[in-house]
Amino acid sequence: MPEFTAEDLRVVIRGTVGVDDSVDLDGDIVDVPFGELGYDSLAVLEIANKIQKEFGVAIPDDLIVELETPRKLIGFVNQEGAVAS
Amino acid sequence: MSAVVTGLGVVAPNGMGAEQYWSAVCDGKSGIDRIRRFDCTGYPVTLAGELASFDAAEHVPGRLRPETSMMSHIAFAAAELALADARLDPADLPEYERGVITANATGGVEFGQRELQNLWSQGPSHVSAYMSIAWFFAATTGQLSIRHKLRGHCGVVLSEQAGGLDALGQARRALRADHRMIMAGGTESALSPAGVVAQIPTRNLSTRAEPSRAYLPFDADANGYVGGEGGALLVVEDADSARERGAPTIYGEIAGYAATFDPRPGTGRPPGLQRAMRQALADAQADPRDVDVVFADAYGVPELDLVEAEAISAVFGPYGVPVTAPKTMTGRIYAGAGALDVAAALLSIRDGLIPPTVNVTRLAAGCSIDLVREGPRPSQVRTALVLARGHGGFNSALVVRAA
Repeated sequence: MPEFTAEDLRVVIRGTVGVDDSVDLDGDIVDVPFGELGYDSLAVLEIANKIQKEFGVAIPDDLIVELETPRKLIGFVNQEGAVAS
Repeated sequence: MSAVVTGLGVVAPNGMGAEQYWSAVCDGKSGIDRIRRFDCTGYPVTLAGELASFDAAEHVPGRLRPETSMMSHIAFAAAELALADARLDPADLPEYERGVITANATGGVEFGQRELQNLWSQGPSHVSAYMSIAWFFAATTGQLSIRHKLRGHCGVVLSEQAGGLDALGQARRALRADHRMIMAGGTESALSPAGVVAQIPTRNLSTRAEPSRAYLPFDADANGYVGGEGGALLVVEDADSARERGAPTIYGEIAGYAATFDPRPGTGRPPGLQRAMRQALADAQADPRDVDVVFADAYGVPELDLVEAEAISAVFGPYGVPVTAPKTMTGRIYAGAGALDVAAALLSIRDGLIPPTVNVTRLAAGCSIDLVREGPRPSQVRTALVLARGHGGFNSALVVRAA
């Protein structure tokens, strides 16, 4: 699997859960907790669903709360993607 | 204590915002047309009062749009309009003395249909996580509570098409208990194939294709109703609290309210509408002679029209009070209809005008009512009675009075 980048994540987010008016998604967000970006656990679940559909990496529901920043989520997807391929 | 309306948030097929809607209904301008939201070719029902130019992106923040259905999108717009009209920031009131009560009859059906289609055609992982909340009847109340920090009494009333009045009745009760402000009303959107088809088995929808000949309440040619989307949310406040904060407009008081339920068919007992009307008047300490106009439920179904016309005649005498049904220009907006009619009644009080009932040409036999068809009819209006009924036997009546 090609690397899953922050830009890929931004595209997924825009296409699924949308962006809060007060958030600059193109800014430096990789270490900002999803909660502070306006995404509750349901929103992250929605993002994870989309990643599974588009990139083929399943993210277990119980792991979602632990992947609390974009960096952690991106890291998990790349790690799992590498294992799978 | 009295409950007064200080803000109107209207989203209607014939006008966005209370003023646009009001000028449209006074001009007899209808928003009923052929359904465009989906291809209705082949469906027995092809007409609706659709929000043709409503753009959710204009009214709903980007984060909230994917989480919510059209009924809630409409509610976000209506709530903003109502609060702006009332010049009220709920945060200025004590946290647990501000609440929200909406009515709902059809849920977020277009959202639910889309996700069920995803489930059937692509599988469970393709269903949005927001299917867990967006379609639900109470979703709008929850979303408005979060967005506007309405942290006191939060509720949803399900009484089919009578709900819009029941939500306002509940709001008055909450204000009497311990609240200062309640956002109350209802918004609906059932314009997806599943949403429309679900209404057809009642046999109460018109199957005509000509917009001006379909929804004809009290007419000899009545043949069912046309549905609509939209609705209204009103800011209802304790009168003293509203004056204390300097509310710019007090449209009127919710002076009386009652709800009844029809007896089981076959019992021979009379329908409950007349009892609701009399109880609402008694609750308002009003005499029938005090009432200047009745905003009828106006089902458009011959036997239901007759029940309503007879109830009005029994209380007010034949041709005893002006009766109107501006919903002939929007379609029946399910649980949003009652709140929208209350907005119209309050604007009647403000402007001394009774909006017309359009397209009705010849009253059905037995409908001995003064149905306002020319219009608008100039008339001093101090007290208005608003009626709403829901499928299955719901009857509600609400009295608004100049404050």
